[in-house]
Amino acid sequence: MALPFYVSPEQMMQDKAEYARKGIAKGKSIIALAGKEGILLVAENPSSSLNKISEIYDRIAFAGAGKYSEFENLRKAGIRYADMKGYAYGREDVTAKSLANAYSQSIGSIFSQEIKPLEVEILVVEVGETAAQDEVYRISFDGAIADERGYAAIGGQADELRLYLKDKYEEAVALDGSLELAVKALEASTNQKVRAANLEVAILDRDHPGRKFRRFTTPDLVSLAGDLE
Amino acid sequence: MFLDLSYGGSSFCELLAGRLPSLLSRWDNLRLSPEDMPPLPKGTTVLALKYREGVVIAGDRQATEGTQIATRRIEKVFKADQHSAVAIAGVAGPCLELARLFQTELEHYEKLEGVELSTEGKANKLAQMVKMNFPMALQGLVVIPIFVGYDLKRDEGKIYKYDVTGGRFEEADYHATGSGGGHARATMKKVYRADADEAGAIQTAIDSLFDAADEDIGTAGPDFVRGIFPTVKTVTSRGIVDVEDERVRAVCQSIVEGRSRSH
Repeated sequence: MALPFYVSPEQMMQDKAEYARKGIAKGKSIIALAGKEGILLVAENPSSSLNKISEIYDRIAFAGAGKYSEFENLRKAGIRYADMKGYAYGREDVTAKSLANAYSQSIGSIFSQEIKPLEVEILVVEVGETAAQDEVYRISFDGAIADERGYAAIGGQADELRLYLKDKYEEAVALDGSLELAVKALEASTNQKVRAANLEVAILDRDHPGRKFRRFTTPDLVSLAGDLE
Repeated sequence: MFLDLSYGGSSFCELLAGRLPSLLSRWDNLRLSPEDMPPLPKGTTVLALKYREGVVIAGDRQATEGTQIATRRIEKVFKADQHSAVAIAGVAGPCLELARLFQTELEHYEKLEGVELSTEGKANKLAQMVKMNFPMALQGLVVIPIFVGYDLKRDEGKIYKYDVTGGRFEEADYHATGSGGGHARATMKKVYRADADEAGAIQTAIDSLFDAADEDIGTAGPDFVRGIFPTVKTVTSRGIVDVEDERVRAVCQSIVEGRSRSH
């Protein structure tokens, strides 16, 4: 029997990470901005049916960048996890923190054990009763989890977007201001004009009773942000 | 466990059956006869009727255990989602469980698929859940729901009634079930008008519950001492709305005054 080639663990992880990064870099980006009314999620997405942003539970939403089939599976797993937990215990026992941990564990073990890593980067966000209680978690292809404050970006241009938002982001900005900032950031990162029809936007609305996730239609976006067409 | 892809469907009940079966009541193999069952709290009268803009759904607030009052404040009418509601008569425990499971089922489907189930789809799903309960019904744990929804595609309110086997029947105008259901139906038969406005439909609903409470010992009338009044909700194209307690109290008050004078 032929012996398999020896590949050092460092090399193997490096190769996998490079493969995953390349896959994610091909895709479009998503921004999360915590503001006055809640947490706004803005994705560049020309498709109106294949969503990148989704409701998970009362206060929790999900956004996925990278390979659609892979983050769609993660999205569904998140909804199943949340609904089972909420049914077994109570609605307020479903938290973004435990969901983000579950994602981190699963994605991390796929990264270390499977030949092919997931080419995804995801956000798990939870709107709090006050802006200080908002939570934004970013989980990478290797399961690394980051607890972000105020803003986060994932996808192809994530680094450029983070750099842009680092200077421009302010706390407690109203919805229209947040949307304009997100659009400007996307335009700066791609050097292209963003059209309202190519945006997928949703908010976790702090003051909405019950389920707080709400999507915006294209006409909603145009009336919210003056420069959008 | 978290990324378990063995179940790929959009049904919460099937998901639970595969992953957490202990959360679903499975007492099929108990083989008790209804006489062996200890006395259990039973929810009594619930009803629904159509009007010009949609459907009113209502129920009294009492659960009765034999000749005792088990609780005076039980809820038997539940919001199922933004455009539908379910009211359940029968043994209180399984009724509450069914309502909660049905709510989760609709929400779960909506989140996974990105669209609400059709009104007929919701009605059929509920029928399957009632059918699952049939072995328990044979042992005395009867659960009988009324389902109402506003069908946005056809722009009309819908009422569905069920039997213990999961039989699903659409009603054209009104329905009532539970121990006082017959009396409530008798009242609605006389005063029901399909072209009633919201106030008229709410009046009819409360009138009918009042009559049910008058005739049936299991059903409670308005309780002015404790401030407990029937649950009333409206389901229209604008969604589901709770009719405030104050408004229900005022209608109850006027019924009591009207009937007192006539004696």
